[in-house]
This record gives sequence, C-alpha cells and structure tokens, in this order.
Amino acid sequence: MALSREQIAQRIAQELRDGYYVNLGIGIPTLVANYIPQGMEVLFQSENGLLGMGPFPIEAEVDPDLINAGKQTVTAVTGSCFFSSAESFAMIRGGHVDLTVLGAFEVDQAGNIASWMIPGKLVKGMGGAMDLVAGADNIIVAMAHANKAGESKILKQCNLPLTGVHCVRKVVTDLAVLELIDGKFHLLERAPGVSVDEIRKLTEAELVVPSDVPEMRV
Amino acid sequence: MSALNTGESVRKGFNKVVNSYQEALTGFSDNLTVMVGGFGLCGIPEGLIRTVYDMGVKGLTCISNNAGVDGFGLGIWLEKRQIKTMIASYVGENALFEQLYLSGEMQVVLTPQGTLAEKIRAGGAGIPAFYTATGYGTVVAEGKETREYNGRHYVLEPALTADFSLIRAYKADTMGNLIYRKTAMNFNPMMATAGKITVAEVEEIVAPGELDPEFIHTPGIYVDRVILGKFEKRIEQRTVRPA
Repeated sequence: MALSREQIAQRIAQELRDGYYVNLGIGIPTLVANYIPQGMEVLFQSENGLLGMGPFPIEAEVDPDLINAGKQTVTAVTGSCFFSSAESFAMIRGGHVDLTVLGAFEVDQAGNIASWMIPGKLVKGMGGAMDLVAGADNIIVAMAHANKAGESKILKQCNLPLTGVHCVRKVVTDLAVLELIDGKFHLLERAPGVSVDEIRKLTEAELVVPSDVPEMRV
Repeated sequence: MSALNTGESVRKGFNKVVNSYQEALTGFSDNLTVMVGGFGLCGIPEGLIRTVYDMGVKGLTCISNNAGVDGFGLGIWLEKRQIKTMIASYVGENALFEQLYLSGEMQVVLTPQGTLAEKIRAGGAGIPAFYTATGYGTVVAEGKETREYNGRHYVLEPALTADFSLIRAYKADTMGNLIYRKTAMNFNPMMATAGKITVAEVEEIVAPGELDPEFIHTPGIYVDRVILGKFEKRIEQRTVRPA
C-alpha cells in the first residue's frame, strides 16, 4: 500500500538526530514535526525569522505576530529566538541548518529538483525554496512517486523549471526511499506491501536495485 | 538619510515623530520605488499602506516579500492598479495578482526570498552586488553573470534600494531607534536601512533612554519618520490545536 502523507512524514522523522536544527517546508514536510522520536530534541527553524518553532497554539495563545513560513499561527519553544529575514537566510545559505525537508514536483538523477512552478498553471513564486536547496548539505525530499496519471516524477531529467541543481540526495516517496549515488537512484526501502516491480515501473530514472529491499518501518 | 539630501522639510534635531499620515508620506508620489515590510500579513505597516491607497499614487515599483491578500495589505494597491512592477518572492495568497500578471498589466520579478533579503540588506549597507549560489542553474540566473569559487557556481545579484521604505516596528523612541516583536520583524530591519526616506509605523513611541541601548534592533540613524499606528493585525491562517 502506498504511504499516506503522515506515513511519509513518519519515515522522514526517522532521519532526525538529537540536537539537529531542522527546516521544514510547507506541505508534507510540516507533518515531520509530529513524529519526533521519543527522547530526542530538535529545534525547528522557520525561514521568516524564528529558531525554535513549537506546535500550533491553543486558542488562548494565538498571536498574530507569531507565524511560520506557511503563514500559520504557531508558538515558540523555551530557548527560542527571533531574528530578521537577512539573518534567517544567512543561517540557511551559510549551511548552518542540519536538515532541510521539502516537497517537490520532480527530481532527476543529476540531483536536480523542480518544486516551485508549473508554467501556465502555478506561478506563485519560489519563496525560500531556492535558498534552502542551495544552502543545505542535508536535504530530504518528500514527494509522490508518480502523478495521478501514473507518470513518473523520478526522472532522468526534470521537465519543469528547476528550484536547484545537483542538490538532491535522499528522497522519500509514497512508495520508496531512494538515495542518489553517482548519478543513479538506489532503492533503499519500499513501502510496506509495495513490490520492487511496481516501483521500477513508476521510476523513469535509472534505478539500482539491491538484492534485498527491506520494507519501511512506518 | 539626511534631510539635506531629500530637500524635505527639516526635522527638529533627532525628533523623528510625525503626527499625521499625510506628514509621514510627504514627498511620496507617482513612479517611485517603495519597499514595504512584512511577511504575509505579519509585520505590515497597515496605516501607511492604507494612506498610499487613499492618495491614489500610481506607477509604483513595489518591493515586498508578498503581495498581501485580496482586500488587505498590499492587496489593496493591486486592486487600485497602483503597482507597475512588483518585486517579491511569493505571491500565491493573492488571486488578483495572477490575473494582473498574466494580463501584462503588472510586471513581476519573482526573487528568491533569501536573495531578496540580502539584496535589501546590501542596498542599505553600501554593497552594490554580491554572489549567491541560490538560483544557479534556474531561470533566476538567466542573463546574470556567474562565477566559480572553490568549485561551486554563484550568481551575481545587484542590491536593491528604494525612494521610500515603509516599515512596521513594535516600539520606537522619538529618535527613531526601533525594536520589533517576534516574527513581525522579518524584512523590516533591512528595509529600514535601504530607503532614502524610511517611515516607521509603530505600536508605541517612548522617550529616548527608555529602550535599552543594548537591545535596539534598528538604530535611529536609518529612520526618518516615526508615526504611531493602530493595527488590525489580521491573521492569514489561524491554526490552532485542541486545548
């Protein structure tokens, strides 16, 4: 069975390490915050100028001056701090964030990612996405393996306008965990109940399949 | 900036406080470049935005991270067709925006948020241009110089300055020293430095000495006019968890 959005987030949360500073993009990535492993401490950086983003507020805590990158009201944890957008992107661009999780429309085997524009349909702007992929060493992409028409989104070459080049390493889809090594995607794990064949059929990019592909633990 | 550069009416020593929105926007006219603080609707100079709308000024080049929502924030400048060129990083919250962009009525320069922030910071800091890896290999880099440093490619991005910076802060003293509140800070500090005339709309004005000198976010040297405002502080996405 293909993973739900929550399960993709759950699997990505397994990549968190104690003491990590993490930036979560809008969409599926925000759900990662709900699955921090027990006993582990991570701090979430929000590109609009907050280090130490907490959960959504209860009604009484709502503060219009306290929002996240997706413009939702949030809270700030003990030990958090606020800063300007220039400071925020110095943090991001300067490679200080330990893990960045973001969504994508397409990725390709050169490590390119397309996540911000669909010509003629969706031209809302790139926001902080281009800075995040350019500045981060450790990026995990959360995405659908194929579109509703069954067309692969794990490609030899992206068709859509790029967000960044040569920046993708690990991808978690609703079907698989992939790692890009030397220009080829390696199939590390498959979603419970999903076969290697199914994954191969929906992957346009070159796929290296080891003899044993374990199921994800979600 | 010194009043001598602007040819505007001279302020009294270091007292930046103005008493009307009219006075706050003296010299604001058609075809200017204006920076507007805020991230979404958070930290926007609501009253200054409303005043520009009422003045009916047109042909503006507007630099702001977002374009407000329909009916509030910069959305009202869009409704009145006051913006000729918009420089922003994300405009998805505004339905009218897409219409104006596709019809060609408004030019849009979509700029990565970090690059936008740094362009404004550089503009206020006397740095004419800088290199960033952001956008290399994408449409953002088209037509721009690139350079390699330590095996990595970077794009040359020019700085941004403005005729007017309209910003929002939490507290000001009468000398223009500013502090901001939580995530309402965002683009305001950089914009404060990059406008020829910087107007700060604030929630509270205090006497000099009441703000701790060790905790000033924006030194008063950058600020030309301070006006006391009243804010609706509309929330774009009120998201709560059960108690």
